[in-house]
Amino acid sequence: MSNTPTYEEAIKGFDWARVEEELGYKPNDPINIGWYCTDRICEMGLGDKPALIWEGFKGDKRTYTFDEMRILTDTFAAWLQDLGVEPGERVCLFMDRLPELYFGVLAVLKMGCIAQPLFSAFGEDSLWTRLDNAGTSVVITQRKHVKKVRKIVDRLPGLKHVVVVDADGKPLKEREVALALHDLPPAKDFVVHPTTAESPSILHYTSGTTGQPKGAQHVHYSLISQYITAKWVLDLQPDDVYWCNADPGWVTGTSYGIIGPWANGITQAVLDSGFNADKWYDFIARNRITVWYSAPTAIRLLMKEGAELAAKHDLSSLRHLCSVGEPLNAEAVVWSEEAYGKPFHDTFWQTETGCMVITNFPGMQVKPGSMGRPFPGITAAVLDPVEFTPVKEQGQVGVIALRPDWPSLIRTYWNNEEGFQGKFKNGWFVCGDQATIDADGYFWFVGRDDDVINTGGHLVGPFEIESALLEHPAVAESAAVAKPDKVNMEVVKAFVSLKPGFEPSADLDLEIMNFIRKKLSPLAMPQEIEFVDNLPKTRSGKIIRRVLRAKEFGEPVGDISTIMND
Amino acid sequence: MEEYKKAILEYVIKEYMEDDEDEEITYDTELISGGIVDSFSMVSLKRFLENKYDIQIPDADASPEAFDSVDKIAALVDRFKQA
Repeated sequence: MSNTPTYEEAIKGFDWARVEEELGYKPNDPINIGWYCTDRICEMGLGDKPALIWEGFKGDKRTYTFDEMRILTDTFAAWLQDLGVEPGERVCLFMDRLPELYFGVLAVLKMGCIAQPLFSAFGEDSLWTRLDNAGTSVVITQRKHVKKVRKIVDRLPGLKHVVVVDADGKPLKEREVALALHDLPPAKDFVVHPTTAESPSILHYTSGTTGQPKGAQHVHYSLISQYITAKWVLDLQPDDVYWCNADPGWVTGTSYGIIGPWANGITQAVLDSGFNADKWYDFIARNRITVWYSAPTAIRLLMKEGAELAAKHDLSSLRHLCSVGEPLNAEAVVWSEEAYGKPFHDTFWQTETGCMVITNFPGMQVKPGSMGRPFPGITAAVLDPVEFTPVKEQGQVGVIALRPDWPSLIRTYWNNEEGFQGKFKNGWFVCGDQATIDADGYFWFVGRDDDVINTGGHLVGPFEIESALLEHPAVAESAAVAKPDKVNMEVVKAFVSLKPGFEPSADLDLEIMNFIRKKLSPLAMPQEIEFVDNLPKTRSGKIIRRVLRAKEFGEPVGDISTIMND
Repeated sequence: MEEYKKAILEYVIKEYMEDDEDEEITYDTELISGGIVDSFSMVSLKRFLENKYDIQIPDADASPEAFDSVDKIAALVDRFKQA
């Protein structure tokens, strides 16, 4: 049985105030996500219920109850306070999916600091850009990744502490301090910081077409949206064991890998492992996972392994499947019905929206390939890209836009209010994706309306890649664009012109790929490099990426005679 | 085969591990599951193998499972060298 009202029931008379009431929150009361995910659940009498079932890739397993998680997050927060960390400071969590990552995010929120989780595969340049922009004062990491921090620490004068959660007696360097969370005496008198609705909570960095990544600043009030969307769209029920594939370095990993499920008192299972279809299925079977929130790239990788592999495992516990990150293609929806006996329900949202905004409700007819319909309380439209008014004709392509009146929309970009205001047109928050709407009100994704590359569900900005490419001694000029890919939807392709004295070669191609992978991240690494003599430019010398992108997608370039440099 | 393994292990250590990594990896260390090489980075590892051994590995054969250890990668190279 579904926990969710029908879409029609849910939308009728929907009011965010009712969600506040359900959570026992009154306007102007303190609201702290860390407290809601731990203390409140214990106060509801669920302290002994498992909160986190964690498994490492080597097969090690730990389970924590909500009460243990409450104590560990209090202890973690008290330890940071003793270190001199003050409310409002940015605390970065840069590690694999260890329990300390999950507890660290909640601890940082409980003490009134701003949590800045960063994907642990980031290279030193990506890391530096984000820490420098945020003015981060503490990085919490692990031995495996502390070396990347060491390479940039001298360029971060505001960074006061680097906390290593698994130092295990190994020598540390200046500014580094060891934390053995599980060995600390439990904090007994920790008081959760009385953050309010508009207090900053989490800073996630997201990429745009121009400039460096921007820090999307969320607030504690986002909880209201994350709680109800998790409850209804993921259809979370008290006995569920829920698995979210996303890393908390990305917004899905915090909104629905920490906040949404735990605010609902749900047991989460976490697997700290890279992709391995057999291991993933074992994990589902062993832990009797009931609700699975995955991503199209992962689903397509599982498709490659075939339905036969799925059939070798007992996946009968699975009750509800959802997907996020990029549009879920119709083939994947059909295949999941064949392999798992149920379809993946696509959800659409962004770092900036903080919660799902266009969804396929449980029980709603899934139209394979569609994004679904707006979540209750969300006013979504497809706008004409020039007038920024809703398109008049059904099926007309436009940009997805939302009325900015739901709880979890970010409040600004860190140190970049102008960039944030630029997202609003004619009273709408414009998402940057193109879509159409059909007669039943279902949204259908068409593509990005900018140069951002959506690879494996993550947005990568061309500017960051091009800037890094120019640091390679052989590169004179470059352009990074999206190239279609069967598994990742898009991958990065770089067009590179070389400096005199350098010749294209297979070795140089590989060298440049690895150069970007290490400096930025594997996601940003061009999977193809095309060496060219010249790049298409405007008369003012600006590279016209859309010409290159159109070629990759086999689309018409359009008339560029008026802007092109002959 | 031993020669392939040696060269691949050396490359993985050089390209995918930090300079002073305290974790040792061997021929059977899980590279993908263990988070040393992710599915995106696999592309550069595949490119290395293709350049070095003058082979073409079709995408269908370049699965995360086939790249999950030096042993498995060497077996893959061997298969395509013999083909």
